[in-house]
Amino acid sequence: MSEEQIKNLEDQFEARIARDEKIEPKDWMPDKYRKTHIRQMSQHAHSEVVGMLPEGNWITRAPSLRRKVALLAKIQDEAGHGLYLYSATETLGVSRNELYDQLHSGKAKYSSIFNYPTITWADMGAIGWLVDGAAIINQVPLCNTSYGPYARAMIRVCKEESFHQRQGYEIMMKLANGTPEQKDMAQDALNRWWWPSLMMLGPTDDKSVHTAQSMKWKLKRKSNDDLRQQFIDQTVPQAELIGLTIPDADLKWNEDRKSYDFGEIDWDEFWQVVKGHGPMNKERMKARVGAWEEGEWVRDAAMAHAKKKQERKQKQVV
Amino acid sequence: MSDKKNWPLWEIFVRSKNGLEHRHFGSLHAADAEMALENARDVYTRRNEGVSIWVVESKHITASNPEHNGELFEPAQDKVYRHPTFYDLPDEIKHM
Repeated sequence: MSEEQIKNLEDQFEARIARDEKIEPKDWMPDKYRKTHIRQMSQHAHSEVVGMLPEGNWITRAPSLRRKVALLAKIQDEAGHGLYLYSATETLGVSRNELYDQLHSGKAKYSSIFNYPTITWADMGAIGWLVDGAAIINQVPLCNTSYGPYARAMIRVCKEESFHQRQGYEIMMKLANGTPEQKDMAQDALNRWWWPSLMMLGPTDDKSVHTAQSMKWKLKRKSNDDLRQQFIDQTVPQAELIGLTIPDADLKWNEDRKSYDFGEIDWDEFWQVVKGHGPMNKERMKARVGAWEEGEWVRDAAMAHAKKKQERKQKQVV
Repeated sequence: MSDKKNWPLWEIFVRSKNGLEHRHFGSLHAADAEMALENARDVYTRRNEGVSIWVVESKHITASNPEHNGELFEPAQDKVYRHPTFYDLPDEIKHM
C-alpha cells in the first residue's frame, strides 16, 4: 500500500471511531492501534492475574467461613477476568504464550499496587474497598471503548466487580466497629493502602504520555487527575461513615470546587515500584513464574491425554 | 514448551435460558472439547449465566472478510421491495 492509501485508511478509521462505531478483530486497523491495544489489554490481564497473589495469601487464614467463600469467589473472578482479557487480546493476533513470556520476562507491566504486601486481614478489606474501588473507576468507561472484544470483556468484568468492593468495605466496617485492636488494624490498613490506591489511577496528566491518543480511541474517557479526584470525592465520606481517618493532613473540602483538595503524592515511590523496586515485585514474579513452570507437566499431560483419546476414538470408527 | 503442545483455542457459545439462542461469550484454551466445556463453565457461567454450552475449536470457524463487505452485503441494499413499507396501501386498510 502507498503512503497515501494508508493515510486514507487511517482517516476513515478515525472517523469510524469518532462516529462511535466499534472496531472488530478482522477490520483493518492502524499498526499503532493494534500495538497500543495489545499493550493496554495485556497489562490489564496481567494485573488481574498478579492481583490474585496478594489475596491468595489470606485464603487459609480468613476469619470465618463467610469471609473465606467470599474471598475465594473474588479471587476466582480475578482469574476469570484475566482470562476474558487474555482471549480478547489474542483476537489482535498475539498468542497467549507470547503474552505470558512478556509478563514473565518483565517486559510487560502490571498494576504497581500489587507489589505491596498484605500483612494483616484488614488488608483484604482495604484492597476490596480501595483497590477494587479505584479499578472500577478506571474500568467503567472502558465498557464503551472502541475495540469490540475489549468493551465486551469489560462489561462482564464491571458487572462482577461491584461485589468485590462491597465485600471489602464490609470487612473494614466490621473491623472499624470491633475492638480497639480491630479498629487500629483497619486504620493501619487504610494508612498503608490509601496512597498506593491514588497512584494506581496513573501519573498526573502533565506526565501521562498516552492520554491524548488514548482519549481519541476511547481507551480513556477521563484523564488520570479527573479519575483520581472522583475516587477521592467518593471515598472520603465512606471512610468517615465507619470512623476511619484518611491519612492525609492536607485533605480538605473545597466549597468552590465542590471537591476535596488533597496532599502531594510521592511520585518517586510510584516510579520506584513501577521500575521493579517495590516491596514485593520479586516475590510476585517468582510466584507467577513458579506457578507457570511447575504447571508445565500438567499442561503437557492434558495434551497427551487428549491426543490419546482422539486416537482411540478414530480407531473405533475404522 | 514446544508449540505443538500448546492447548488450542476454543470459541464458547452459551444459551442463557431456554427459549433463547446460544450466543458467543468469548474464547478459552483447553486440551480437548471436554475440558473446554468444563473451563467454559468456570470462566463464563459462574453466576448462572447459562443452561447450555457449545464449544467449537476456533480453527473450524470460517469467517467472512470485512474487506469484502461491499460485494458480500451490497446486493441486499437496493432491494427495498423486500420490506413491507415499499408497498403503497390506503390508510384505511386494517390488519395488514
